[in-house]
Amino acid sequence: MSQKSRLDGGLIDRSRPLSFSFDGKNYTGYAGDTLASALLANDVRLMGRSFKYHRPRGVFSAGSEEPNALVELRSSARREPNTRATVAELFDGLEASSQNRFPSLRFDALAFNDAFSSFLSAGFYYKTFMWPAAFWEKLYEPAIRRAAGLGRLYGKEDPDNYDKGFLHCDLLIIGSGPSGLATALTAGRAGAEVILAEEDFIFGGRLLAERNLLSEQDGSEWAATVISELQSLANVRLLSRTTVFGQYDHGIFGAVERVSDHLPEPISHKPRQVLWRIYAKRALLTAGATERPIAFENNDRPGIMLAGAMRAYANRWAATASQDIAIFTNNDDGHRTARDLSAQGVNIVALVDCRIDAPPSTEFEVLSGAQVVNSRGRLGLKSIQVQLRDGSMKELACGALGLAGGWNPNVHLTCHKRGRPIWNDKISAFVPATDTDPLLRAAGAAAGILSTHGALLSGAGKAIEALKELDISARTPILPKAEDAPVNIAPFWYVKGGKGRAWLDLQNDVTVKDIKLAHQEGFKSVEHVKRYTTLGMATDQGKTANIGALAVLAEMEGKTIPDVGTTIFRPPYTPVSIGAFAGGSRGKEFRPYRLTPSHKWAEEQGAVFVEAGNWLRAQWFPIEGESHWRQSVDREVIAVRKSVGICDVTTLGKIDVQGADAAEFLNHIYCNGFAKLPVGKTRYGLMLREDGFAMDDGTAARLAEDHFIVTTTTANAVPVFRHMEFCRQCLWPGLDVQLISTTEAWAQFAVAGPNARDLLQKIVDPTHDISNEGFPYMACGEITICGCLRARLFRISFSGELAYEIAVPTRYGDALIRRLMEAGKEFDVVPYGTEALGVLRIEKGHSAGNELNGQSTAAMLGMGRMVSQKKDSIGRVLTGRPHLLREDDYRLVGLKPVNAGDPILSGAHLMNVGEIANAANDQGWVTSAAYSPHIGASIALAFLKKGDQRLGEVIRIVSPIDNLEIEGEVTSPHFIDPEGERLRV
Amino acid sequence: MIINHPLLGPRDAQEFVYLGDASLIDRPDASGETALDDFHDYLYLRDNPAGSHKELWFHEQGDRSWLVVTRDTRTHEITHVELAFEYAKRRGRDK
Amino acid sequence: MRYSALRILLEGIRGHTGWKPVWRDPAPQPDYDYIIVGGGGHGLATAHYLAKIYKKARIAVLEKGWIGGGNVGRNTTIIRSNYLLDGNEPLYEFALKLWEGLEQDLNYNAMVSQRGILNLCHSDAQRDAFRRRGNAMILNGADAELLDQHQVREMAPFLDFENARFPIKGGLLQRRGGTVRHDAVAWGYARSAYSHGVDIIQNCEVTGFKIEKGLVKGVETSRGYIGAKKVGVAVAGSSSRVMAMAGLHLPIESHVLQAFVSEGLKPLIPGVITFGAGHFYISQSDKGGLVFGGDIDGYNSYAQRGNLPVVEDVLEGGMALMPMIGRARLLRMWGGLMDMSMDGSPFIDKTPIEGLYFNGGWCYGGFKATPASGYAFAHLLATDAPHETATELRLDRFRAGAMIDEKGAGAQPNLH
Repeated sequence: MSQKSRLDGGLIDRSRPLSFSFDGKNYTGYAGDTLASALLANDVRLMGRSFKYHRPRGVFSAGSEEPNALVELRSSARREPNTRATVAELFDGLEASSQNRFPSLRFDALAFNDAFSSFLSAGFYYKTFMWPAAFWEKLYEPAIRRAAGLGRLYGKEDPDNYDKGFLHCDLLIIGSGPSGLATALTAGRAGAEVILAEEDFIFGGRLLAERNLLSEQDGSEWAATVISELQSLANVRLLSRTTVFGQYDHGIFGAVERVSDHLPEPISHKPRQVLWRIYAKRALLTAGATERPIAFENNDRPGIMLAGAMRAYANRWAATASQDIAIFTNNDDGHRTARDLSAQGVNIVALVDCRIDAPPSTEFEVLSGAQVVNSRGRLGLKSIQVQLRDGSMKELACGALGLAGGWNPNVHLTCHKRGRPIWNDKISAFVPATDTDPLLRAAGAAAGILSTHGALLSGAGKAIEALKELDISARTPILPKAEDAPVNIAPFWYVKGGKGRAWLDLQNDVTVKDIKLAHQEGFKSVEHVKRYTTLGMATDQGKTANIGALAVLAEMEGKTIPDVGTTIFRPPYTPVSIGAFAGGSRGKEFRPYRLTPSHKWAEEQGAVFVEAGNWLRAQWFPIEGESHWRQSVDREVIAVRKSVGICDVTTLGKIDVQGADAAEFLNHIYCNGFAKLPVGKTRYGLMLREDGFAMDDGTAARLAEDHFIVTTTTANAVPVFRHMEFCRQCLWPGLDVQLISTTEAWAQFAVAGPNARDLLQKIVDPTHDISNEGFPYMACGEITICGCLRARLFRISFSGELAYEIAVPTRYGDALIRRLMEAGKEFDVVPYGTEALGVLRIEKGHSAGNELNGQSTAAMLGMGRMVSQKKDSIGRVLTGRPHLLREDDYRLVGLKPVNAGDPILSGAHLMNVGEIANAANDQGWVTSAAYSPHIGASIALAFLKKGDQRLGEVIRIVSPIDNLEIEGEVTSPHFIDPEGERLRV
Repeated sequence: MIINHPLLGPRDAQEFVYLGDASLIDRPDASGETALDDFHDYLYLRDNPAGSHKELWFHEQGDRSWLVVTRDTRTHEITHVELAFEYAKRRGRDK
Repeated sequence: MRYSALRILLEGIRGHTGWKPVWRDPAPQPDYDYIIVGGGGHGLATAHYLAKIYKKARIAVLEKGWIGGGNVGRNTTIIRSNYLLDGNEPLYEFALKLWEGLEQDLNYNAMVSQRGILNLCHSDAQRDAFRRRGNAMILNGADAELLDQHQVREMAPFLDFENARFPIKGGLLQRRGGTVRHDAVAWGYARSAYSHGVDIIQNCEVTGFKIEKGLVKGVETSRGYIGAKKVGVAVAGSSSRVMAMAGLHLPIESHVLQAFVSEGLKPLIPGVITFGAGHFYISQSDKGGLVFGGDIDGYNSYAQRGNLPVVEDVLEGGMALMPMIGRARLLRMWGGLMDMSMDGSPFIDKTPIEGLYFNGGWCYGGFKATPASGYAFAHLLATDAPHETATELRLDRFRAGAMIDEKGAGAQPNLH
């Protein structure tokens, strides 16, 4: 076991060694390590390649802001690309591979891009690859696409589960550093409902990464004490490994908890991740700050990293990138890194401080007024060139360089509702604008308060302030004594004068020169610069890159950084798995199934089912010997026409309308009249939208003076009910009428065919007369069947045959279908599915969804005269607009092929014989088509221009998309029994 | 978003279905001489302010109330919620 | 300055000192013949065609912020002409033809990539509707193919064919559809317009119109009054606000549409794919990010940001359609302002005020129309007659009842 760069101490468990592999090579780390810390401890500095130039890169940070050390984690279908090694918790057997390189990390063929970098400046691709035009898709783009991208998805279904949850609290605390813990302690002790969310796997934030923050106690120890107290409080919920990634309206936050990512694979039945929607009355952002680098020539070599990250690796993980380290800083915080590493026995080669008044040190050499101007080392840092205060150059050998450019408060969540941060000169950084968001406050480093003492106090103070608004009184707890060092910083963003490239965005390879070139070409707005150079658009969203680029741009523009402004902060704060957002809604569980009351019975019959919205409906019922669906459907259709068939029509919407003004109400919502409908009768109704187009059709049955049952189509059950409630509550609130949807309350079956009555008579209780005279066509009534079971009977027909619909309370639906089938045996009754239903209604010329698609007027449907002019109904007035009254508009017609064997395709268009098939000559289209066993040919319904005046005409039915064209005869849409005699027998 | 339902208290906006400008309550007189123009304006020329907006939401996954919500379209801040039924009656729709 | 590989070579050698601004930031002149309000894709394209095709001069584009900062820079970059209705299809097909020649026209590589767009269907009724639409496309001179399940599977084997709640039955494919690098469209048009003498004036917000006796005279701006003979407004998202300053009330609502991009990934998805049983469509950018979106949030909004329920709805659709993307990460989500019109179709028309012209109401489909929209608007501004592909896109069509309602949703903007 060789962990060459492992130091003493740290928050790792040396009693639990873990083995892992990177690019096929085996290593050992400890519990508590991240992949990055374990690799560093094993002396691995080279961890990745950059996006554009494929430059060798090492780990840059110790947190979620990491731009460089991206790996493919795990293997096969669990492989996850672009995982930041800095946040990947080490587990035994972890497999990781470097990505975006070929054939290997050390020898990447695409690194030749780097050699040609002078031709690949910002936006170069907008200026070339244009000749010849056809080469883009064939040659240039495929090559670019292959070279681009980062990691690889496996291409097979993600085997893990995800879940979602909802949480409510008084105070959501985002981040558990000093300010977060002080906040949680204050609010927790006050009895408030608190959620403390921490993206790391241990609570404590920088308390874990630093030494000597507290004067009397170790920071991590204090954190552990506080956490243990919070754990004992029932009103506090602690969520570790949880990133609050976005703020949405009205105190709603999105968070993702990585439940199982630290395990080789999720424990059985446990999710990999959970998406939490958190409803918080108040929230406190205590998410700390992110350090930023200083740019100079060749500042991207493996070994060059953020100074605060070096400190975190040394203090928390007992790992170092090298035994010989230099620091380049513009502020006092860089000195802290040097002190901590020095204390850990690492050799500080030099501390290069650009300030001439840099504080001296007795432990290491401080080069004040100096700058690091270049570096060497192809696959890892070997030395740096320093320009000393007097202008002379000095080369220093070192294996790692820490960059300390100051700290940026993590303001992101305060800006998700389009807020903009404000500039704070004292720390040379953007801080959250105060008092712009009453729900979300910031405290500690996130608010620009960078001392530990200040963070603790501000956390407690903001908690008290927020809770006071909720009428919860809280007191400042006794907080530990902590360092209170002032921020001494001299803004310094990049070293000037270098001829080479100085990187700002490490992942997307955006350099200082690129920013300057963009500006030279007129891309001066910060958004233009971002988009032209791709600055800040990588997986780290520029967390360590953007500020430096703003500084360069400000200099070019002669403005200040705040005048240049930032780009927009958008969720998520860090990238979130797509699987987590979907939760359990995938595969068959994507949407719930709605099953009809006869579903179980239909399954027993071997029915084939079809989705109708969320419903599963029987499509046809194959019987032995049938090998093609048409055989089953033809048989079912013929059986209905000859004897009797039964179809579950429960899915049709049912709305109970009751009240003294029920009839008047229906008069408003249907275009045809309902006021005079007698009790015991049903009427077909056409419902228009206010714009005069058909919304839905169905029937309304009058069971009593003040009681109607309205039916809707399956697809429109919900919107029609919504619309009717709108009419009731908003348009005619004075009417005495009440509505309730009873779609699920009643099981309903169509019993259709010449023997329908004979069949029904066997189950309807004899007290009810359902003879043709006693219960004529369009009659309706409440009856009892099978000995006192309440039921509703409607004599309505969609098939054109003598038909009824019979409804019973849903729990009797299964029994009823079995009883009907049993009773129908003597008539050779058949169940029929939606396919036969469709054939029957096309034969009869009834409109359905294909005709009622929201683009049809009553006139188009042949029902223009149904629109009553005598009353005020929805849609009547606007039906009077010129285009809706056009004589040459489409009309519903029937079509039959001239040659009986030709099939008609739904969706084909209609052309006049002898005219070219093009849009200008288009005469209409086929809406529904089916093979009619009754006619013995394919038949169809169609919308045809002036169709009602063209019966008997021969027309071309063309479907260029199928290369098909036939001739058809225009007919009445009623292929069967146009006089309606069968309905009335 | 959270809509503070006058009868049921705060509810996630996901439970509701949005319709649009509350002026849809003010359906014109269908028998008036200018009915065609009135209905055109009513249906097609709705208010679309950048600021405070009275709008209709239907509590479809709830009690089926239509609500008139006053919401700022720039910030999504909701300042007032009432039952559309009451609002409509106040606008004289029950006459 | 002409762009070419040779020029890049030359500039690479001499350290890129020779690149000139793509456009300049001039101070506004006191007056122009043509003012285009709105420096987005449509406005800049209008200026380009007005100058280049219709040979007009003294043109200014006024942009309140930075050009290309609206929907042209915040969309999912899809181009297609798979429309059903004759009022729409010719315009979008014209746009597709202009896209096909855009790089040569502009001497700017906007990465027009015709990798195809595939609309999936999951029911017989959907397939029937696709056949009707595909035929309408072909009859209008566009390309369309109807695929069966087997053909879809060959194209996109990674879709869920095994365990889908709504099994894929087939699809409507337009091979000439695809994607375009959105920002580059704005910049390419701006560069060309500038090279044809157009003044592109950023940070210049129009605050009012000067109208005398029903005739437009000019515009008040944050940089002072600017006179104009004709003013064309193309400010999608802000149409209602801007036109209200001219006293006009539009059949438009403003809604937010969210869009999403994942972290960069090696190539995975061939073209554009849309889910027919949920709200989800996806493509993969040349940089490797999965670019996807779904439905609008559904409420009037000017906030340019949306809420979580729609995010979840979109990603549920994504996982239902292609369960392999579960371990990819969502990198960024954003929201744009949509001009949702009352029938889902746009307007390119004169207004009742003489000299004032309007282009808007593009719903969430304006990007794909950019070249044709600009061309047709330039035609209208130059000739006072509608372009042949845009004769039905009139502001008064609702009064006549001549709606162009692709979805059949009626006067319900959030359903289009």
